[in-house]
Amino acid sequence: MTKASITNVKTPSSALADRPASGKVSVRNVTKIYDPEGVHVVALDGFSMDIEAGDFVAIVGPSGCGKSTLMNILAGFDTLTTGEVYLDDQLLAGPGTKPLPGSDRVVVFQQGALFPWMTVLENVTYGLMKKGVLKRAEANEKGIEFLERSGNLGRIANSYPAQLSSGMQRRVEIVRALINDPKILLLDEPFRAMDTVNKNRMHQHLLRIYQATRKTIMFITHDLEEALFLADRVIVMTTRPGTMKMDIAIDLPRPRDHAMMASEAYLALKQQAVFAVREEAKRAFDRGEREMA
Amino acid sequence: MSDEISTTANDASANAPVKRRAKSRWNISSWNWRGFVSIACFFLAWQGAVSLELPGFTKIPGPSEVVHTFVNDYLFTQSYWNSWLVSFERVFWGFALAQIIGIPFGLFLGTSKLFNNLVFPVFEMMRPIPPLAWVPLSILFWPTTESSIIFITFIGAFFIITINIYDGVRSIKQEHIWLARSLGASRIRIFRRIMIPAVLPAIAVGMTLGIAVTWNVVIAAEMIASDSGLGRLTWEGYVSSTPPVVIVGMISIGIAGYLSTMIVDIIERRMMPWKYK
Repeated sequence: MTKASITNVKTPSSALADRPASGKVSVRNVTKIYDPEGVHVVALDGFSMDIEAGDFVAIVGPSGCGKSTLMNILAGFDTLTTGEVYLDDQLLAGPGTKPLPGSDRVVVFQQGALFPWMTVLENVTYGLMKKGVLKRAEANEKGIEFLERSGNLGRIANSYPAQLSSGMQRRVEIVRALINDPKILLLDEPFRAMDTVNKNRMHQHLLRIYQATRKTIMFITHDLEEALFLADRVIVMTTRPGTMKMDIAIDLPRPRDHAMMASEAYLALKQQAVFAVREEAKRAFDRGEREMA
Repeated sequence: MSDEISTTANDASANAPVKRRAKSRWNISSWNWRGFVSIACFFLAWQGAVSLELPGFTKIPGPSEVVHTFVNDYLFTQSYWNSWLVSFERVFWGFALAQIIGIPFGLFLGTSKLFNNLVFPVFEMMRPIPPLAWVPLSILFWPTTESSIIFITFIGAFFIITINIYDGVRSIKQEHIWLARSLGASRIRIFRRIMIPAVLPAIAVGMTLGIAVTWNVVIAAEMIASDSGLGRLTWEGYVSSTPPVVIVGMISIGIAGYLSTMIVDIIERRMMPWKYK
């Protein structure tokens, strides 16, 4: 535990920040049907969950289980068919509401979505420049400050994304989300395409940010180990139509490091979840086979 | 760690970016000497074929004769350089108009479903018509030869530019638009800072292809319908039975096209610093 904090933490505190006042999410009985008159694909079927402000929740499920649909609804990119989503008791999405994206819930996408034509600093400050909230100079100053805080990224402020490794790109994307002081961070398999070493480093990085900010995080992945390592709660989803299969509280102490993954408590939790995940993966696979036939 | 090392290295190059590249382009030691060998071999082979009177080469002048004609009759005459100027002007106007009209047109086709449904069928019907098939109509329609040649040149580049930009708009990443909206960008900012830059690579492709087509079309149009320009010069060489003039014209066109491509290339680099850094 201490080893990780020595090598990684630039900010002195490794203690968990206090639970924030805002960032509570409530998903109530949400159903999403694509193309109701035609193919009629039920992506989500009466899905409900509540996330406490400041919780780190990971959602695990096979491909096509509707986890990205859920994220798109939360982010305001897509509509839902029935049900409601609340953020801090305010209605975010309901039947017939227009999807409304906002800087209080910024997404980090799996393929990475930095704007290639903007420098790192321009990417990070893009959200600050809306409607002239800040002047260019103030925004730049704030951008540099946030980049510096996120592991000395200030030195790459004038680089273009294509010049950075994927790990660096993802870090910048997280900064771009954080700088807008969002209520919730939506991470859609952000480390999917990375090798194990880089992935582990990004996990440490993300946990450090979480420790320091205590933002509500919804982290989507199909990697159970990753979910168990990072989150306070792991929600396992069924294959399409997506519903909740399992909701496991992860009471492992923070700060965490990868040595924890050998602990008995961790292994017990893994045992509990792994069967459920495998079962859904197999069902998804079998259905895929049927659809091919 | 590897992350840090790689970014520091990148940082160093980021400090002295485009200029260094530009310098090395003009550095003699890095010139492509193989290119000179290849050009020299080409002229030698040509001279050899003419001197040996190989089949087909009996009526064709050798390079020495062409150079002789060029230096004596053209290099120092105003009318020769005037042909350059006239052709370049036509290319410039045809190309520029195709950009000015084609870029917004392509953007509209890609962003407005209504506009697309109304206009695209006609567009697709006219696109396969070769620019030269427009020559007769163009002469009837436009009051001066000059304007009709510029129009034909415009037609040559317009469809290529427009279709490229239309395609560029359709391949804008949905995530970029979503994110920009998440980050609170207005429609105008999304257009200016997301859509336009995202389409720039497509505009660049349209420019590269467009400039090549423009030269093709302008030369052919000059041969048919004009009494000036490099195309006319070449054609006159043929009708007056002076083959060296034909070749002087052809080589001039080649060099002119090459120069234009270089200019377009420089513009493209300026347009997209993030691609060449």
